[in-house]
Amino acid sequence: MQTENHLIRKPSLEKLFNYLIGNGKTIYAPKAKGKLVFFDNVTDFGEVTEDYIVTTNSAKSVVFPRTEKVFSYKKSKESTEIIDAADNTYPDVVLWGSRPCDAAAFIPLNNTFNEDYPDIIFNKRSQKVLVLSFSCSYSDDYCFCTSVNGGPGNTTGSDILFTRLSTGDYLAEVITEKGKLLVTENNSLFEPKPEESKEQNLALIKAYFNQEEIQTKLQNLFENPVWDEKSRACLGCGSCAYVCPVCSCFDIQDEAHGHKGTRLRCWDSCGFGLFTLHTSGHNPRETQGARWRQRILHKFLYMPNKTKVAGCVGCGRCSRSCPADINILDTVTSL
Amino acid sequence: MKELIQKAASLLETNVVQVVIGYGKGSADRTRAIFSTTAADCEQLIFDSRCIQNLAVYLTKAEIKKMGKPAIVAPLPVLRSILQLAAENQITDDSLVVLGVSPESELIEFESLAAIETYLATKQIAIEEKYQTTIKAIKAMPVSERFAYWVKELEPCFKCYACRAACPLCYCTRCTVENNQPQWISVASHSLGNLEWHIMRAMHLAGRCTDCEACYNACPMGIPIYLLTKSMLQDVSENFGTYGPSLHRDNTLSSFNPDDKESFIR
Amino acid sequence: MSNPNIYIPYLMRIEKITLEAPGVKTFRLKFENEQEADEFTFKAGQFGEYSIVGVGESTFCIASSPTRKGYIECTFRQTGKVTNALASAEEGDVIGFRGPYGNTFPMDEWKGKNLLFIAGGIALPPMRCVIWNALDLRENFKDITIVYGARTVADLVYKDELAEWRTRSDVRLVTTVDPGGETPDWKGEVGFVPSVLEKAAPSSENTIAIVCGPPIMIKFTFPVLEKLGFKEENIYTTLENRMKCGFGKCGRCNVGEVYVCKDGPVFSYEALKLLPAEY
Repeated sequence: MQTENHLIRKPSLEKLFNYLIGNGKTIYAPKAKGKLVFFDNVTDFGEVTEDYIVTTNSAKSVVFPRTEKVFSYKKSKESTEIIDAADNTYPDVVLWGSRPCDAAAFIPLNNTFNEDYPDIIFNKRSQKVLVLSFSCSYSDDYCFCTSVNGGPGNTTGSDILFTRLSTGDYLAEVITEKGKLLVTENNSLFEPKPEESKEQNLALIKAYFNQEEIQTKLQNLFENPVWDEKSRACLGCGSCAYVCPVCSCFDIQDEAHGHKGTRLRCWDSCGFGLFTLHTSGHNPRETQGARWRQRILHKFLYMPNKTKVAGCVGCGRCSRSCPADINILDTVTSL
Repeated sequence: MKELIQKAASLLETNVVQVVIGYGKGSADRTRAIFSTTAADCEQLIFDSRCIQNLAVYLTKAEIKKMGKPAIVAPLPVLRSILQLAAENQITDDSLVVLGVSPESELIEFESLAAIETYLATKQIAIEEKYQTTIKAIKAMPVSERFAYWVKELEPCFKCYACRAACPLCYCTRCTVENNQPQWISVASHSLGNLEWHIMRAMHLAGRCTDCEACYNACPMGIPIYLLTKSMLQDVSENFGTYGPSLHRDNTLSSFNPDDKESFIR
Repeated sequence: MSNPNIYIPYLMRIEKITLEAPGVKTFRLKFENEQEADEFTFKAGQFGEYSIVGVGESTFCIASSPTRKGYIECTFRQTGKVTNALASAEEGDVIGFRGPYGNTFPMDEWKGKNLLFIAGGIALPPMRCVIWNALDLRENFKDITIVYGARTVADLVYKDELAEWRTRSDVRLVTTVDPGGETPDWKGEVGFVPSVLEKAAPSSENTIAIVCGPPIMIKFTFPVLEKLGFKEENIYTTLENRMKCGFGKCGRCNVGEVYVCKDGPVFSYEALKLLPAEY
C-alpha cells in the first residue's frame, strides 16, 4: 500500500500503548535495567524508555524465540503420539520501539525461514507481530545501517514508523495494512501530517562501505589472512550471534520427562568450536578464524547472493556486546 | 607505559617470546586484546583503567598457543589467574613471560611463578562490602524466595556462554554442558536449563575462581554472575581456610584429605 | 500427507533389524500411517533425520533402493547419543523419520553407461541404495563393478548381499580389507581401496565412478581415478557434514555457499573442486 503520513502528539502515544494493552496484546518494548536497555515484556507505558540507541538484545525472539517447542510427545510401549506445536495459538505481539534496523532484520529472517521449506511456526508467530518502530535521532560509533542499504528512518519491515519531530510530537508513517488498521481503530489520536520534514530529524550515520562492493570483493577472499588476524582475540562464545537480529542458526534438542517430552529448536552459533564438529572428530571449521570467516561470508556474501538481501542490518549489536571487542565494521572495512 | 613497551619490544627482538599479549586501542572508548609479534607492534600497547579483560584466557587458546611462547601484560586479576593456571598445571615457568602491572600502573618483572605467589600474598582477594551485604541478604531469603530470585536474575541468560569463554579457568576443550552421554545439563535456555548451567559453572569454579569478574564483564545481558562466584569464594574461604591461588595447596574441591572433618567422605 | 510442520517426523515401525558388523545395524522401517506410505517417494542419494523422541535426531542416508517399495532401510554405526539409543531399539518399536532431503544421483543421465562403485567401510550404505537401484533396472546400464573395502573382515557390512553380488554374473565385485585385517579364510584382496582400485578398475571409457568413504580414502581415490582416465564430471561422491535440520536453515552443513543438505549430499568431483575446503 501507499504510505500514509500522520501526526501523533506525544501524549497520544501513551494512549495508543494503552489501547494495545487493553486489547490483550503482549508488548515488547525497550526497558532499562541498570546501564543496559533490553526489549522486554512491558505492561506499563512508564516502563518504556526512550533513551537508547538500540537495545542490547535484538527483537528476533518475537518470531524466533531462543527456545521454541516444535512438538511434544507421549510415549508408551505400544505407541508414540506426536502433538504438533504449530497447532498452538501464538500470542498477539506488538513490538514497540524497534529501530529501523530491527524492523529491516525481519526481511532476511523471513527469507531464511521460508526458503524452500516454509517454517510454519515462524510464520504463525510473524503474522501476529505488529511492528511499531521509532526512527533514530542519534547513533554511535557502532552503527552502520547506511552501509547495508538501511537508514535511520528506513521504513522496511515496520508497520508504522514514528519519527520524533522538533516539537516533541511524532510523524507517523503508516506502511502496511496492519498499521493502517491500528490507525483506523484509533482515528482520534492521529492528525493530518505535519509540515516538518522527517529527514532533518534523523541521525547522521556515515556510510563506511557499500554492501554490493563488499559482496563482490568477498567472492575471492575465502583464503585470506584477515580472518585469523581479525578474530585473534575472539573467545569463541555466541554473544554476537545471540544479540544479532538476523542470525538464525539453531540446534534441535529433545527433552524427556518420563514418557513425555518435547523437541526444541534452540539458538546456536557458528562461533562455537563444536558447531560443525563431526562424529569422527573431524571439524571442517577447525579454527576461530574459519568460524569468523563463516560469519562474515554468510552475512555479506552467501545471503545476498541467494536472496539479494544481506544478513546484516548494521545495528552494531555484535560489536557492542563482544566481550573481546571484535568489531564487525572493523573487519568489513579492512577487507 | 614506556617501560612496558620497551620490555615487550626487547623480548620480541631477542626472540625470548614470539608474541606479546597486551591491551591496545579498541572500538569507541574501549580497549581490546592485541597480539604483538614485532617490536613495532608493541608501540600500540596501552594500559589504563579500561583494560579490564582478563588476558590470561588467551594462554590456553589453541590459536594463540600456535603463535609461540607468549609474554603477557598482567595486572592483578591476570596475575591471580596465571597462578591458578600454574597450580592446575596449565602453564609452567618456561611457558611464558609475565609482564606484571602494579595497581599504580608500573611494570613489575617476575623471575618465576613462585615470585608471583610471593607478590600476591600481599594482595589477598577481598570481597567488597557491598557485595557481602547483597550476598548476605540473598542467603537470608527463605528457600522459595531465593529460588525465585535466581530464576528471575538468570532469566535473560540465552546461553551464549560468554561467561565461560571469557573465564581463564574455563579452559576445558569440551565443557560438561556439551557432553551428552549422559546429558547432564539441558542444552536449552529456559529457567531450568539456565539454573543448571550457572550452578554447574559456579561449582566447577569453587576454590578456583580468582574473583576477576571476567564472566560478569563478558555477559551481554548484564547478569550478576559475580554474586554466585563471590558467594562461592566466601564459602570456600569459611569452610576450607584462607583462600587464594597457590602453587602449594591442592584445589579445594578436587583434593581429598584423610583427616577431613566431614565423616561422610572418610 | 506429510505434516506442514517441517520438524515433525513420520512415525516408522522397525520391521527388521540386521546386525551388519560390530556396532553397525540396519533397520527396515515401515510407515505407521498407510497414506504416508503411499505418498512417500525418494530417489537414490537422499537422506533423512532418524530419531528417538526424547533423545534426538541423527542424519544418515536412505540405504535401500527406491525401486523397493513399501519400506526404507537405514544402516548406522553406534557412535553418539542418538545412534546408541537407536541401537537399543527392538523390532516392533516406533522411531521417527524426517525426509527425504537433499539431491540425488543423476541415474537417468547414466543410462547406457558402465558403473563403477567404490566404497570404504560404513560408506557402503549410501552406495547400496544406488547399487540396488541399478541392479533392479539392470537393462539400463552396461557393466557394473563394485570395489568395496573395510578395515577388517568383520567391518564389512551387508555380508549377505556381498555374497549375492559375488555370485551374480552381471556384477563384478572386488572386496578388500586393510593389511592386517584379513582372516585365515579371507579370499578377497588385501590392501587399501585406492591401490586395489588401481589394479581392478574397468576402463574409464563410458564409465561413471561413484565414490563413498572416509575423507582420507576419497582423497587418495580421486587421483587414482584421474590417472585411470576418468573425467571430473564422471566422478561422483557424497559429502556428510554435520546437520541438524536437513532443510537449509540450521546453518551447520554449508561448504562455502553450498548447503550439503539441500544442494548435496551428492556432488560430482567437478562441482566439488569449485568448493572451498570446508568439508
